[in-house]
Amino acid sequence: MTMTRTRPIKVLMSKPGLDGHDRGVKVLTLALRDAGFEVIYTGLRQTPESIVKTAIEEDVDVIGISCLTGNHQILSSEIINLLADKGANDIIVILGGIIPEEDIPILKKAGVKAVFGPGSQMADIIKFIRENVRN
Amino acid sequence: MEKLEKPGINKNENKFATRSGIPVKEVYHPSDLTDWDYANKLGEPAQYPFTRGINQPSERTKWVIGQYFGFGTAKSTNELLKYVLEQGAQNLVIAFDLPTQCGYDSDHPMAHGEVGKIGVAIDSLKDVETIFDGINIEGKTISPGGNNAISPIVLAMMLALCEKQHISPQKVKFVFQNDPLKEFISRGAFIFPPKAAVKFAVDTVEYCHKQNLYLSAPQMYCGYHLREGGATIKQAMAFTLANAVAFLDELVSRGINLNDFKCSFQVFLSGGVDFFEEIAARRAFRRMWAKTLKERYGCTNPRVLGIFLMEYTMGSNLTAQQPLNNVVRCTIAAMAAVLGGANGLIVSSYDEALGLPSQEALRVAVRTQQIIGEESGIASTVDPMAGSYYVEALTDELEKGATEIFQKVQDKGGSIEAIKSRYYMNEITKSAYQTFRDIESGRRTVIGVNKYQVKEEKVVKPMKLTSQKEEEEQIQRLQELRRQRDNTQVQKCLAQVKESALKGENLVEPILAAVKAYATIGEICNVLSEIWGRYEQPGI
Amino acid sequence: MNNNPTIEKLKAGFLSGNRYSLARLITLLENEDPAAPEIRNWVSSRLSGALRIGITGSGGVGKSSLIDRLISVIRNKGLTVGVAAIDPSSAFTGGALLGDRIRMQRHNDDDGVFIRSIASRGSLGGLAKSIDGIINLMDAFGLNVILVETTGVGQTEVNISNTADLTVLVMVPGYGDEIQLMKAGQLEFADIIVVNKADREGAEELATGIEDVFMLKSNEEPPPVIMTQSNNNIGIEELYKVIENQRTILQSRRAKSVT
Repeated sequence: MTMTRTRPIKVLMSKPGLDGHDRGVKVLTLALRDAGFEVIYTGLRQTPESIVKTAIEEDVDVIGISCLTGNHQILSSEIINLLADKGANDIIVILGGIIPEEDIPILKKAGVKAVFGPGSQMADIIKFIRENVRN
Repeated sequence: MEKLEKPGINKNENKFATRSGIPVKEVYHPSDLTDWDYANKLGEPAQYPFTRGINQPSERTKWVIGQYFGFGTAKSTNELLKYVLEQGAQNLVIAFDLPTQCGYDSDHPMAHGEVGKIGVAIDSLKDVETIFDGINIEGKTISPGGNNAISPIVLAMMLALCEKQHISPQKVKFVFQNDPLKEFISRGAFIFPPKAAVKFAVDTVEYCHKQNLYLSAPQMYCGYHLREGGATIKQAMAFTLANAVAFLDELVSRGINLNDFKCSFQVFLSGGVDFFEEIAARRAFRRMWAKTLKERYGCTNPRVLGIFLMEYTMGSNLTAQQPLNNVVRCTIAAMAAVLGGANGLIVSSYDEALGLPSQEALRVAVRTQQIIGEESGIASTVDPMAGSYYVEALTDELEKGATEIFQKVQDKGGSIEAIKSRYYMNEITKSAYQTFRDIESGRRTVIGVNKYQVKEEKVVKPMKLTSQKEEEEQIQRLQELRRQRDNTQVQKCLAQVKESALKGENLVEPILAAVKAYATIGEICNVLSEIWGRYEQPGI
Repeated sequence: MNNNPTIEKLKAGFLSGNRYSLARLITLLENEDPAAPEIRNWVSSRLSGALRIGITGSGGVGKSSLIDRLISVIRNKGLTVGVAAIDPSSAFTGGALLGDRIRMQRHNDDDGVFIRSIASRGSLGGLAKSIDGIINLMDAFGLNVILVETTGVGQTEVNISNTADLTVLVMVPGYGDEIQLMKAGQLEFADIIVVNKADREGAEELATGIEDVFMLKSNEEPPPVIMTQSNNNIGIEELYKVIENQRTILQSRRAKSVT
């Protein structure tokens, strides 16, 4: 049986850790909604555990992690590991924020599907999500 | 060769407007300033209503060149401070890491991965002593960054440091940001709910006033972060003033006469690139501040009526694409700040959109100010834009628009209510989304992003941040501290803090005792959160 | 009997208490997957008798924050909670901002709480088509109390009252109360009425106005009107007591009407 893609893509936009800058993640949430996605924003100061719990209950297709303070490696790997533990590794994880170029290969190896650094275009993010979520 | 198109911010034919939507005419005449009179609208420099600035004419357009630094361990910050002092710096602005700003000790689960990342980790007085080891702070300006939710604790540590160095705190200029209200709105480093946060912040202000720390500025009302969060310039002006009023109301309710305020206030604004609007906004804001302090609080003292404007050019204006273009943007913003009468200015580094600034970019930022100040001549006279039909019309229009918004907030019950009802956050999110849409659609031009793009981009490499090893070492130091200190004394002091908080007393002195016993920031905040609770975030 | 291995795996996971299996089965119902009817059938024989409460009312009255507080009260009694929070989809873009659960984030680390946001996807009644099956899934999973938050569009209440054991209508003072009251269709299906943000001016008047409408309308006992302030955590314990009370009353009424 294949899951028919009869519903809009469901996205969880998350702010793990202590970083309080939420303009980007809020704007992206609204933009994804207007692009036809079903979007949930977690709010600030989430833990990897609460993000994964939410992702699973909501059965989302994508988790977007917004990280502007340099903690992206630890947070991404914790989230990805937890998803695997719960048998939910078909949920793809994408990362946005201020990510140094040199960290991208390490992040991809850890399971981050895409990194959208500063200057990323909305159209590219939307296209990527549409082309890469599970069927 | 790219053809230079017809200039203008608004894309629509024949519809030119400033960023905040004020229509801009083709040409301005004296008739654009009806009922305009110099004494009423401008006044002399350093005189009510302070439109022309707070500098005496003899000071010309003088301002302080600032820089922002500090990260990693207390020890490395100490080395950095010694270096900049050798270079002749007088103003020591020190960034704190997020766990410190949010009241978490370095070994708290929420601190994991964040210790020492965007600033120095401070768990206890011991870290502050390490930072200033071998540095005499007398006569210096110290701006401990990011102390918005924890200012009495930071003040207490500074006071303890003064004691250790046998200096009177009156001989040090402390500049505290200490604006927890903006944290709820767009910066996110909050701890306690809004009402408690205001009380705690004003404890610092009250103490500095009563101890006559006359050099210090114990509170800075911040518009910068609101604009970074997406607020329009009018919203930033209005919300900042409303936030200031919330704090000042609390201060006045404690019996303090603002007219006799011993310290100084500051406002922290951001500099954008809409050149004339930015100049006009500063002039309008100073006028609004002066009128509010006069009409609402009955002040007559020019020291209080004339507000010191601290500025940082807008980070969110910078692009990751073609980063060198940002040097131009920062220059425009810096010039507007100077012409608008900013009293202190930090210019962004051109690579700020891509991470921590490089050394070269930091230097260019300082040179920008030096060239403006010493080569361009625009600072040779005070408020050179005064009398421009356009700028005066804009100043009036901005004052009008911002005052309307300010009044709206007051009608809702003031800033605390505006935060609880999510009014501020909703308005700012709306503005942020509108800006996004305007750029996406091309209605607003951003060179390099939606116009004149280039295919191959060389990405600037940011500086590396601290390692996990340094976090572990900080945790070890913290645990060692907890073993070595007199824990009975710590518990006693914390109990006293709790008792004072329950009575609604000023907490600086009880916290000073706790801090000297080496109680940690996390421990003190835990005690207070038992009484005040923690802020619960609203939705989007 | 469906011999599809994925569905069978999900069912097995569901029966062993795996939350992801519950979530995925909910998705199948949401999507009107071909397996949906079979899943609905399968689950209908496995209900555990959860208390189902519909929370309705216009936007901005504080439904999410009320539910947030109710969850705490229910958890304190040692019961588990499921929440189905429904938000409208844009008819134009098909997208939706599912913004209810952010107001319940204090429960983000509690495994005794399962929250699912559901976009209405063009359902006229304001209630997702598949909501019945989804509530049944939560019930069969073993959750003791299920709260269903609706978009508050006019016709919603009819659907809710068919699905829920109890319908709670939330109102706030100062929103053109007379007009609200005139929309009697809402009031008719309410088993309990909550006046939230009761610290605001006009709260008492609204409560009185509601009682008057019922007295004028019929001889029946008006539903209980509870004053709450969800932001300040006031009145929530009382509300839950009334909910438990009303459940008993309604159950005995239904039993009587059958005999």
